[in-house]
Amino acid sequence: MHPAPSVIFFSTFSGLGFGLLFWLGLGIPGVTGFSAFAFFTIAYLLAVGGLISSTFHLGHPERALKAFTQWRSSWLSREGWCAVLALVILAVYGIGLVFFDSRWTVLGLIGALFALGTVFTTSMIYAQLKTVPRWNMPLTPANFLSLSIAGGALLAGQVTWAIGLLIVSGIIQAATWVMGDKAFGNSGSDLASATQLGHIGTPRAFEPPHTGTNYLLREFVHVIGRKHAQKLRLIAISLMAVLPVVLLLLPFNHLLAVVAVLAHVAGVLAARWLFFAEAEHVVGLYYGKR
Amino acid sequence: MTTLPQQTDKKLGLVIDLDTCVGCHACVISCKGWNTENYGAPLSDQDPYGADPSGTFLNRVHSYEIQPAEGHAQLIHFPKSCLHCEDAPCVTVCPTGASYKRVEDGIVLVNESDCIGCGLCAWACPYGAREMDQEEKVMKKCTLCVDRIYNENLPEVDRVPSCVRTCPAGARHFGDLGDPDSTVSQLVAERGGVDLMPEQGTKPVNKYLPPRPKDALPEFDVLAPFLEPVAQEPKGFLGWLDKTLEKL
Amino acid sequence: MTQKQPVIDLSPHVSDEVRKTTCYMCACRCGINVHMKDGKVAYIEGNRDHPVNQGVLCAKGSAGIMQHNAPSRLKSPLKRVGPRGSGEFEEISWDEAYQIAADWLEPIRKDNPEKLAFFTGRDQSQSFTSLWAQAFGTPNYAAHGGFCSVNMAAAGIYTMGGAFWEFGQPDWDHTKLFMLFGVAEDHDSNPIKMGLGKIKKRGARVIGVNPIRTGYNAVADDWVGITPGTDGLFILSMIHCLMKAGKIDLNYLAQYTDAPVLVNGDEKSPEFGLFLRDENGKELVIDRTTGKLTPFDQPGVKPDLAATHRAKGVTHRPVFHQMADQYLSDDYTPEAVADRVGIPAGRIRAFAAELARVAFEDAFELDHEWTDFRGEKHRTMTGRPVSFHAMRGISAHANGFQTCRALHVLQIILGTVEVPGGFRFKPPYPKPAKAHPKPHVGMTPGAPLNGPHLGFVHGPEDLALKPDGTAARIDKAFTWDNPMSSHGLMHMVISNAHAGDPYKIDTLFMYMANMSWNSSMNTGGVMEMLTDKDENGGYVIPHIIYSDAYSSEMVAYADLILPDTTYLERHDCISLLDRPICEADAAADAIRWPVVEPDRNVKGFQSALCDLGAKLGLPGFVNDDGSQKYADYADYITNHERRPGIGPLAGWRMGENGLQSGRGGVNESQIENYIENGGFFVEHIPEGANYYKPWNRAYQDWAVGMGLFDAPQPYLFNLYVEPMRKFQLAAEGHGDVQPPDHLRERIKHTMSPLPIWYETDQQGNEGYTVNALTQRPMAMYHSWGSQNAWLRQLHGHNPLYLPTKLMRQHDLSDGDWARVSSPHGEITVPVMEMAALNDNTVWTWNAIGKRKGAWALDKDAPEATKGFLLNHLIHELLPPKGDGMRWANSDPITGQAAWFDLKVRIEKAEAPKQSRPEYPPINSPVGQGPDKLAWKVGK
Repeated sequence: MHPAPSVIFFSTFSGLGFGLLFWLGLGIPGVTGFSAFAFFTIAYLLAVGGLISSTFHLGHPERALKAFTQWRSSWLSREGWCAVLALVILAVYGIGLVFFDSRWTVLGLIGALFALGTVFTTSMIYAQLKTVPRWNMPLTPANFLSLSIAGGALLAGQVTWAIGLLIVSGIIQAATWVMGDKAFGNSGSDLASATQLGHIGTPRAFEPPHTGTNYLLREFVHVIGRKHAQKLRLIAISLMAVLPVVLLLLPFNHLLAVVAVLAHVAGVLAARWLFFAEAEHVVGLYYGKR
Repeated sequence: MTTLPQQTDKKLGLVIDLDTCVGCHACVISCKGWNTENYGAPLSDQDPYGADPSGTFLNRVHSYEIQPAEGHAQLIHFPKSCLHCEDAPCVTVCPTGASYKRVEDGIVLVNESDCIGCGLCAWACPYGAREMDQEEKVMKKCTLCVDRIYNENLPEVDRVPSCVRTCPAGARHFGDLGDPDSTVSQLVAERGGVDLMPEQGTKPVNKYLPPRPKDALPEFDVLAPFLEPVAQEPKGFLGWLDKTLEKL
Repeated sequence: MTQKQPVIDLSPHVSDEVRKTTCYMCACRCGINVHMKDGKVAYIEGNRDHPVNQGVLCAKGSAGIMQHNAPSRLKSPLKRVGPRGSGEFEEISWDEAYQIAADWLEPIRKDNPEKLAFFTGRDQSQSFTSLWAQAFGTPNYAAHGGFCSVNMAAAGIYTMGGAFWEFGQPDWDHTKLFMLFGVAEDHDSNPIKMGLGKIKKRGARVIGVNPIRTGYNAVADDWVGITPGTDGLFILSMIHCLMKAGKIDLNYLAQYTDAPVLVNGDEKSPEFGLFLRDENGKELVIDRTTGKLTPFDQPGVKPDLAATHRAKGVTHRPVFHQMADQYLSDDYTPEAVADRVGIPAGRIRAFAAELARVAFEDAFELDHEWTDFRGEKHRTMTGRPVSFHAMRGISAHANGFQTCRALHVLQIILGTVEVPGGFRFKPPYPKPAKAHPKPHVGMTPGAPLNGPHLGFVHGPEDLALKPDGTAARIDKAFTWDNPMSSHGLMHMVISNAHAGDPYKIDTLFMYMANMSWNSSMNTGGVMEMLTDKDENGGYVIPHIIYSDAYSSEMVAYADLILPDTTYLERHDCISLLDRPICEADAAADAIRWPVVEPDRNVKGFQSALCDLGAKLGLPGFVNDDGSQKYADYADYITNHERRPGIGPLAGWRMGENGLQSGRGGVNESQIENYIENGGFFVEHIPEGANYYKPWNRAYQDWAVGMGLFDAPQPYLFNLYVEPMRKFQLAAEGHGDVQPPDHLRERIKHTMSPLPIWYETDQQGNEGYTVNALTQRPMAMYHSWGSQNAWLRQLHGHNPLYLPTKLMRQHDLSDGDWARVSSPHGEITVPVMEMAALNDNTVWTWNAIGKRKGAWALDKDAPEATKGFLLNHLIHELLPPKGDGMRWANSDPITGQAAWFDLKVRIEKAEAPKQSRPEYPPINSPVGQGPDKLAWKVGK
């Protein structure tokens, strides 16, 4: 799949933002007033910024409101609802914290649920796609959710939680890669199933339909070197989990905390780039490419 | 209504004969012509006279080489457009309801004025049947020429998809695959029509007729009686000739 | 369950009007419906009523809208202002253009008309352009048949009065075995595809003989990946098998062919090997009933295939005896030929056996009563459901004429020509060689030529030689180099004119022929010849006039450009005098008419010729008072009469009792009648007249009534081509017109009156062992497709396809580059693997490669950076033999360009920045096309 920056930024930052909102909704840390304002601002900047970034890949962002109509069947629509509900509910909840110094706990819990729901629905947009075997497994939501919650904990300054969750999310990330590498092979889709010509012999893609490129090839076929990918995976997991955990285990220091956050963000960005770049769409089979 | 209809009155679709398709691309261009001028936005082309031309096409013809265990490699031309699946994943993923499957005939369409151009339907389609138009930024796909097949401004005989009308070899057939007595259903039954990527669970309406066995002319020993020499020597041949002419 | 669905308009307005005309995206000439909206072309589809395509349309045809609107269209007459080849022009008026042309042409016509060479390329108006050239008086006219497929056409006409494609077609409705040899996928494309569809639907067998398994060969049930250039040997081996097994139609051979005709057996006679004839010139046979010598065509005669005739101590034997001698020889056993043709002997036998099985076991009768030319009534028509089709793949070799002949002989011995289920002629064919004109070169300054340029020679006396024995024509057609060159040799014109061999010319006038690029062998050399200057600083070819609708590579090499219209803006006639659109069951012709008017200062080339002809005062183009005779081509189409009552169009002619078909006077509203009928005219052949046409009285009478010819002309198929024997006799020293000594042996060898196979001249090819071929993709025609925004996306560049074996041998994988060389040149190109390919053959798509700056494309267009031409490797001459002669790379019989004799060597190469050779860009006289298209007209 084409690793579109808009979607990489969206899923990374809104994941972090909603992860932070999740913690804030739970009342962790129990901030109010100005510090609550600061936390909420960061969370909303990340979440909303991410959402806005996602609209960059829309052909017609002005029609985005229509996307709320199909929540019965569409994970993208559900994501929209969850995001809006999470943002609205937690905004009310945040107003209570910031201006009224009141914690409307139930509202916070509901908001936290929707924040997680947003990340989950986002992940399901990918996980539902049988056409992309690497994504089409339960590890995909686990991967998104664990990273979101861990990143949220990190931003929320919950060192203990963060250490534990970062380790968990790192393990899930590694598992996602290991399982993902096998997914296409296990999907049952190959050129023989795509063409139904396997009964004659071994099929091989010959001339493509057009000598030039097209939308499908640009969008779905991204060839990344295996060695290159392995190196990037190492970098991603080191930055995303290993380094922040090490830094958090050191005596607390704001600078180190900032570095831990930045490292984590960079790691998730790299992982997300790989999430797209390594994902192979079955349509590539028709073009003799994956 | 992004949800799929429980069932459709008809299952209109195409049957594509891989034994007959010569790979001429007539269907590709006829489709481009009709759908540029008709339903929705024109199918645009980027850098059409430049170094990297590309454009929106709703139908493309692939080609595959098949190497049998024994014998010559074969070349199969393989046209592919929307298969109008019964369980169309492209429809259910659509957040706006722009993608839908028609109840009356099962045609999968995009209502372009509702399309936000998110591209998710194209992601969900295993067959590469949907292409985002780079000019209009909406998703384009085969409409099965819904604006031809019922069009009262066209003579009845022309109320078929433009690709079917134009196909010189007659490798494309259009009809109701939900009706077991239709010509297309009969063809599928006779020739063992198949679904592409059945493992994807999309239940395509369009079917593909597999190529007949090739290079299957019997070995010479079977045909030898047809070439039994009448004589070993030219002289003997002339003798045979005289005898045979007598009998004529 | 109720679903809320958008309401869509299921019956939108399709068009304001449908204008029906004829396609011109290739030479197939399909009928098209042009849908108009707001006066603009909105959509093009096939015309269901049209005899050629019956509603279907190929990719090129459907893309016509992009061709019609291509940014590469020339906009105005142009005068060259930069050096030749630079592409620097200024726009001029038509008046100025005509004046320039007249200033060059008038003195030529007055002094020496041969100084004009007028050649047309992808022309479909040859009966008109040749008339113009004839009126001008130059002997130097031809169309492009010489580099296209003259072997196929001439071999067919000499053998049986017609060949494939325009001449005839398989009986698609009855045939059960269809064998296809070497067919370019863009020719006669829709009818063949439709026919294949019909055959497939019936489950009949298709056998494809072609080194490359694409297109038609890909759907063939059996594929024969033959070694290029050996088809003749394969065919003769099958003839051997069939004759040896007696699986031949003796009745058919006896009655309808020259097999029983007696051949002079007197070795001392100057007529040795010629037919015995009576005082009227009728071929003589022995009547099996009476045992007597008799002309073949007498009522009641049963020609005897076996009997000989002894007179004055000499035995004269029938043609069939010679065939038995020749083809029963062990030289033609499958085992003897298998290695050379690359097909196992068992398979050759299997194909021969299958032909025999279907022709004789699956024979059937049609209940059509008919009477043959001897007056014998037949209650039924015997069908032999085996049919063949072949094109350039077998003809573009230096042994192509004999190979094509061999194929026709194969059809004939099976008795499958003009019978149900077999191969059938399309009117005006069958038409034997004798019914065609002979070539004419009788030139008188200031006056027309003494007759049509092209035709069929019947012996040395018909050659186009000057009194001193040198060539009368610039292309050396109809000379001892290539005596039977019925279509001329367009590919030799520039080379000969540059060399001054046989003479220099003053003006080269060409139409629709991309000679500085894909339509020439030795492309680089041609560019040099066109720009070469003499010692006085003038160009060696002093003036070049060129007409084209588009900014092709050739435009840059002309001094004066006459811009043609697109095919939707013009009048044309697809005439029975020329290359009509008939079907086996009907005579038919068609028109083009301007469904839109040009929006540029351009003019149909034929209309420009009407103007120019009048300006030059050419007879036939001016009235008695000197005024212009034909205002434009439409005027000519309507009013010209070739013979009284016969005009370019056969439909809606004026008779005594109103409009009639075939013969008749001028009808001023004829073109309107055509337009009302959808742009074409069709007249069906009555049942019972539609098979056995050469010998069927009912057909002959119908054809005379239609004006196809003026009297019945039944004839025998010529398994034995007597004119070839006459050339052999001359080479043996008989007669006054004698070949030069250096050609005697070649003529004796190649001019065999019965088909033979010979290896093409390999001298100078040592070390070059791999066959290299080109094909045209079905979706592109010549060079035209690249300017078409839709088609160029299908084929924007062309790899060289290598068989798996050669890929491994040279350590190549897809996307690598290879240096490909021939004795003549070298190219460096991208490669791609193909398994379904003869394993010693490489190939590529033809004419995808483009010169930078042409066709209104970006200079970095993939056509120029990754596309390439194989033409750079092919020379119009054979490698020098050290005798100082210029030996043409052509068939020694017809002069057909031997494109497919190319042999190459392959080496892996570093990927260059772009394919090589690389030529500098030419200036585009039309600029470059837009950055995007979203084409929609009307609302």
